[in-house]
Amino acid sequence: MTLGRAFVIGAIGAVVMLCILAALVAWLNVRGEDDVRTTASATTGGAVDAALVARGSALIRGGDCQGCHTERGGQPFAGGRAIATPFGNVVSPNLTPDARTGLGTWSADDFWRALHHGRSKDGRLLYPAFPYPNYTRVSRADADAMFATLRSLAPIAKPNRPHTLAFPFDTQAALAVWRALFFRAATHVDDPARTPGWNRGAYLVEGLGHCNACHSARNAFGATAGPLDLQGGLIPVQNWYAPSLASPHEAGVASWPTAEVVHLLKTGVAERGFVMGPMSEVVGNGTQYLSGTDLAAMAEYLQALPAPPEPAPQTARATPSERGAALYGDHCVACHGERGEGVPGAYPALAGSRAVTMRSTANLVHVVLEGGFPPSTAGNPRPFGMPPFAIVLSDADVAELLSFVRSSWGNQAPPVSAFDVSRARNGNR
Amino acid sequence: MSHSGRLATNTIGRIVAAGAIVATLSIGVAARAAPPAFEDTMAQRVLACTGCHGAQGRAAADGYYPRIAGKPAGYLANQLLNFRDGRRQYALMNGLVAPLDAAYLAEIAAHFASLELPYPPPAPGAALTEEQRVLAEHLVREGDASRHVPACTACHGSAMTGTAPFVPGLLGLPRDYLNAQLGAWRTGKRQAQSPDCMAQVALALAPDEIGAVAAWLAAQPVPAGARPAPAFAVKPPLPCGGVAP
Repeated sequence: MTLGRAFVIGAIGAVVMLCILAALVAWLNVRGEDDVRTTASATTGGAVDAALVARGSALIRGGDCQGCHTERGGQPFAGGRAIATPFGNVVSPNLTPDARTGLGTWSADDFWRALHHGRSKDGRLLYPAFPYPNYTRVSRADADAMFATLRSLAPIAKPNRPHTLAFPFDTQAALAVWRALFFRAATHVDDPARTPGWNRGAYLVEGLGHCNACHSARNAFGATAGPLDLQGGLIPVQNWYAPSLASPHEAGVASWPTAEVVHLLKTGVAERGFVMGPMSEVVGNGTQYLSGTDLAAMAEYLQALPAPPEPAPQTARATPSERGAALYGDHCVACHGERGEGVPGAYPALAGSRAVTMRSTANLVHVVLEGGFPPSTAGNPRPFGMPPFAIVLSDADVAELLSFVRSSWGNQAPPVSAFDVSRARNGNR
Repeated sequence: MSHSGRLATNTIGRIVAAGAIVATLSIGVAARAAPPAFEDTMAQRVLACTGCHGAQGRAAADGYYPRIAGKPAGYLANQLLNFRDGRRQYALMNGLVAPLDAAYLAEIAAHFASLELPYPPPAPGAALTEEQRVLAEHLVREGDASRHVPACTACHGSAMTGTAPFVPGLLGLPRDYLNAQLGAWRTGKRQAQSPDCMAQVALALAPDEIGAVAAWLAAQPVPAGARPAPAFAVKPPLPCGGVAP
């Protein structure tokens, strides 16, 4: 066999292998899909089912669809918000029933395929910034209700803006490979060994609530370990840390009274914790609108999450920082108290607070630099706020202050470095 | 003095010195004012605002964060909405008001609007030339009809203390702040609800005119007991999205 002939055979082999791989990727991308009728389905025109619309409206609220599908200051559901990812910006599309720029020509089947399979009406693969790895678990009946609600909105003519992703992430081929590796359509199946509440909670947390879109770590390809992973993760680009919902050292709620978990998701504030940053938006636009029954179900599910293995204990700095103590006296004591006790319902306690002693210090730095409010909700319409200190405290000051807070009143957490502060300050400007 | 006597004196001296140090430390601790007790009030809720805008919203010393106390409620509420909805850009403000609904923002606005606090005298600034003063006063009181620039006083009141509830006063603001706002309107960095009348005005003015007007306004004392005019004296010359009909 000559070298030339071996090369040709090798090349043919490689091409065949590539074709097989491409076919496999393509098959993995469309398998399990039902036929989508291209004609408009019964949901277009026809009488509006008010009960269905109301049910869908509650689901859409609970999943906070509006949060991503509304530009800041823009009309609700008309899209245009850029979702920043490490691969570039994905821009949310118009969900209003405008025929030219929105979902006006979509059928319930099309909508189902987008939610369950992550494919658009025209067959394009959708970016998982639209959390269909979670939404795939939403039931067909719920998807139809949500679609009926979207159909009932006033159409808004607002053309979609293109995504601004870097090569090769802007190609359908790259997306197909990603999906072949990390996405499988799935259906929620009740576990008969569990209570109806737990099963309902699992359905909401893993599916529509898409909690793990933030509360889990992402790999180099931007994929999570799947909708069941709630072990906490740094939100890309925003650099807020969405704490573990399973760990007793982070935001695990196994030891909380169920009513308090419900209260936190309903109002944004609770005795044992406040929401700030991105979770403020989640509660303000989303969870506060869920029914008490659904919130109790989510709480039951979250409380039953198995705790991860116990991490190595943290050690605080041996000598408390005098500079930190002085800064605390100047800037913090008026609200958070001499012993870090806070004021119930208004200012969080810092003594014994997991938000303070958590391994990741990203959120602490955000809160000190930028301040913030919990959301205004029906249950807490006039929240108390914290001022930003970005203009009065240097990176070194913030580090000393936080190191003091993390090692006082029984808190036992390692210090924060000026470098940590600088990284948070400059990464967000 | 005997050896033992000296020792005793030294010991007493040390005790006295130690006592003095302890006393000083105690005074030091006492001198740091005890934190004000928590009150379930709006003033307590908006401590997040007064950190930058000065106690009770009287303005910060640096001239960048403006006074908010006593500004008309509708104006303040519009600005909070503008920051929340992205028509005005300042990251700290945008972030703070993001999770708050319009009803609460209106309540925050009403709180600061209700504060009637004395104004400090104008900060000393570079003197205007006679030419600049004439130019500024003319624009403020007469405007320039040839360029469709109305007089500032047409909307902001003849005393320039604003018109309730939507038009702010122009006095008691630092020159840098006024310059920055008019500049931001020219570049589109600051916007109001459409139609954005102040953007039209700022774009019609030349940079040196803006400089003269800002310097002149910043040099005017605020009359004692200044309040926004209760209503427009004349029909506003431009349609403004931020002014409800």
